[in-house]
Amino acid sequence: MAGVFFMTTLTLYLIGTGLSLVYLLRRSEILPRFVLWVTGVGFVTHTVALVGRTVALSQVPMTSFHEALSFFSWALVLVFLLVDFRHRLHVVGAFILPLASLSLLSAAALPKGDPVLQPVLGTVWVHVILSILGTVGFAVAFVAGLMYLIQDGLLKSKKFNVLYSKLPPLDFLDHLNQQAIVMGFPFLTLGIIMGAISAEFVRGSYLNWNPEQTWALVTWVFYFIVLIGRLTVGWRAKRAAYLTIIGFAGVLLTFVGVLLKGHGPLT
Amino acid sequence: MNIIVVGLSHKTAPIEVRELLAIPASRLRDALQRLCAYPSVREGVVLSTCNRVEVYAVVDDNETGYAQVQDFLAVTHLSLSSEQLTPHLYWHEDDRAVHHMFRVAASLDSMIVGEPQILGQLKDAFEIALSHKASGIILNKLMRKAISVAKRVRTETKIANNAVSVSSAAVELAKKIFFNLGDKTVLLVGAGEMAKLAARHLISQGVQRVRITTRDSRNAIELAKQFNGVPVPFDDFRTVMAEADIVLCSTGAPHYVVRPEDVQRAIRQRMNRPIFLIDISVPRNIDPAVKDIDNAFLFDIDDLETRVGENREERTREAARAEHLVAAEVEGMTRWVKSLEVTPTILALRERAEEIKRVELERALARLGSLSEQERAIVESLAQGMVNKLLHGSLVTLKSEEHTGSRALYVEAARRFFNLGEMTGRVREDPESSCEMHEDPTQQSSVRTGGCAAESDQLSGESKRDI
Repeated sequence: MAGVFFMTTLTLYLIGTGLSLVYLLRRSEILPRFVLWVTGVGFVTHTVALVGRTVALSQVPMTSFHEALSFFSWALVLVFLLVDFRHRLHVVGAFILPLASLSLLSAAALPKGDPVLQPVLGTVWVHVILSILGTVGFAVAFVAGLMYLIQDGLLKSKKFNVLYSKLPPLDFLDHLNQQAIVMGFPFLTLGIIMGAISAEFVRGSYLNWNPEQTWALVTWVFYFIVLIGRLTVGWRAKRAAYLTIIGFAGVLLTFVGVLLKGHGPLT
Repeated sequence: MNIIVVGLSHKTAPIEVRELLAIPASRLRDALQRLCAYPSVREGVVLSTCNRVEVYAVVDDNETGYAQVQDFLAVTHLSLSSEQLTPHLYWHEDDRAVHHMFRVAASLDSMIVGEPQILGQLKDAFEIALSHKASGIILNKLMRKAISVAKRVRTETKIANNAVSVSSAAVELAKKIFFNLGDKTVLLVGAGEMAKLAARHLISQGVQRVRITTRDSRNAIELAKQFNGVPVPFDDFRTVMAEADIVLCSTGAPHYVVRPEDVQRAIRQRMNRPIFLIDISVPRNIDPAVKDIDNAFLFDIDDLETRVGENREERTREAARAEHLVAAEVEGMTRWVKSLEVTPTILALRERAEEIKRVELERALARLGSLSEQERAIVESLAQGMVNKLLHGSLVTLKSEEHTGSRALYVEAARRFFNLGEMTGRVREDPESSCEMHEDPTQQSSVRTGGCAAESDQLSGESKRDI
């Protein structure tokens, strides 16, 4: 049953993504409403699928890449719905939704993984969820940075096209970028701490420099520097946009690398 | 009874004539009273703005109606004669009058197509006419429709979406860089007219902090008073630039006043916060090399003009869509107005009664079975008699009201009582006949004043472009 909901969600997200990409280049009053509806319904079925799986397994399903990616996609769509609702910023869908769809598509391609019930790891899902929420923050910062660079380029080259009219003001995007990191950072911090505690239970040491831990720490340090740089030496605007794009690209590469090596998130 | 409009606008009359005819809000009541005193005028609304003066009226017949309204306009100013006025006037009747009214309301007839002022001005004109009962059943419905059509045009087309003057283009760009203009600072370098206009536009959009610098410091002090800003010595303005989010430059200097290194320093001090520079001077005062600096956004007069040109094109395209929308609405209204004629109403009423009689008779006769010729005649005459007696009062009243001011009201009532159709909507009107002026001094205060501000502002923006 959860499988049906999952596939419905995937279909709806893909339709929502397609529509929001069309909206990027066409003036339309109705398209964003369609996007909102389609993705909204998709979000509901997604939630049902996630809750259904949790109930069926009697544990929070956060033990495989499939599940982690599915949750990542769910959280991204939630952010999109909130931003669209709050700021009437429809254009953001064209940037967040492809990411969410791609993530869910990857989840669909990966094996669901049998739940490994380890009593010791009973609360490890907290670590996974916190880390994913941190990553969602960086993903939103990435999207804001991307939109910033596009709008900056359009203003500089004086190309006042449809995209220009739809993208929000530069300092709004810069602020969104900052907010996303400020919100994502504590999640990642807590996620790493929880991960270290779990590691101590399983392996007897908080830090054992396996690839995930190493990259998580590198990511943490990177975004820490980005934040401090903004506050002290004015790494904002264009520079912040570049940094967050590089940072998120790094997060993605790490993820793909770990995935190809065949590690589970909790090995 | 016909709908006419007589008036003049920026398209037909120079400002010298328009200003003579313009009726200030304070005198509108007297004007309406004077208008309604003409024997042929049944209802009237007077619209007077800086770009047009026009009279919408419901009159008994077009010829005398035109003559009387023209006379009304000529009497407005002592130095004007009817003959002098004629070449500047336009006359429209019936569906063309309705069409004109809708186009005016939708800002399709405005000097700057899509400008928002005219709708408010039309609403005010209508409210005054309504409160003094100068307008009645027909104009009330038409005016309300005109207002709703104008609103539809604004929401369904993009006619008013983009900036069409240089100073509003500057504001539009500022809003693409800054989310909230309220906490931003504007630095005005030089005192060119266009820059002042742009500064005024920015202030009207919420900018609160204004810094002003001119070569002649007295000038800056004077301007600072006008803009509620702070004068800055000309030699120091480059250091103040770091505080400014928006720099408006228009000095008469023949060389660059702002150089790339000035902007670079300012941006460093601003910790990379973007800075928006507008150079409205010719020759240019900001070195064009500034545009290559990160987080500095430089626009010169040509950039702004280009933006305005693009927006104008879009507005023209949208105006064509709006025209279609208006035309469709006019058709509906014209049908409604036609349905208010007495003769077709009487015919429709008779037909309806005959139809009911025929159906009921057929049914009764079928149920009665075989009747003698005489019995049949009695039943038929019974039905005919009832129909005639019931209709008699209504028909006599309609005929007797044909040439009075209440005609439309009776026709409308008859059509609704007898369900005669061809109504495009319900009318809820004061049953008192229109064009009876009532004392109501309190209504005067609702009049908006200075309604031309924005339009004239935009206009001055257009006309002062060469500075």
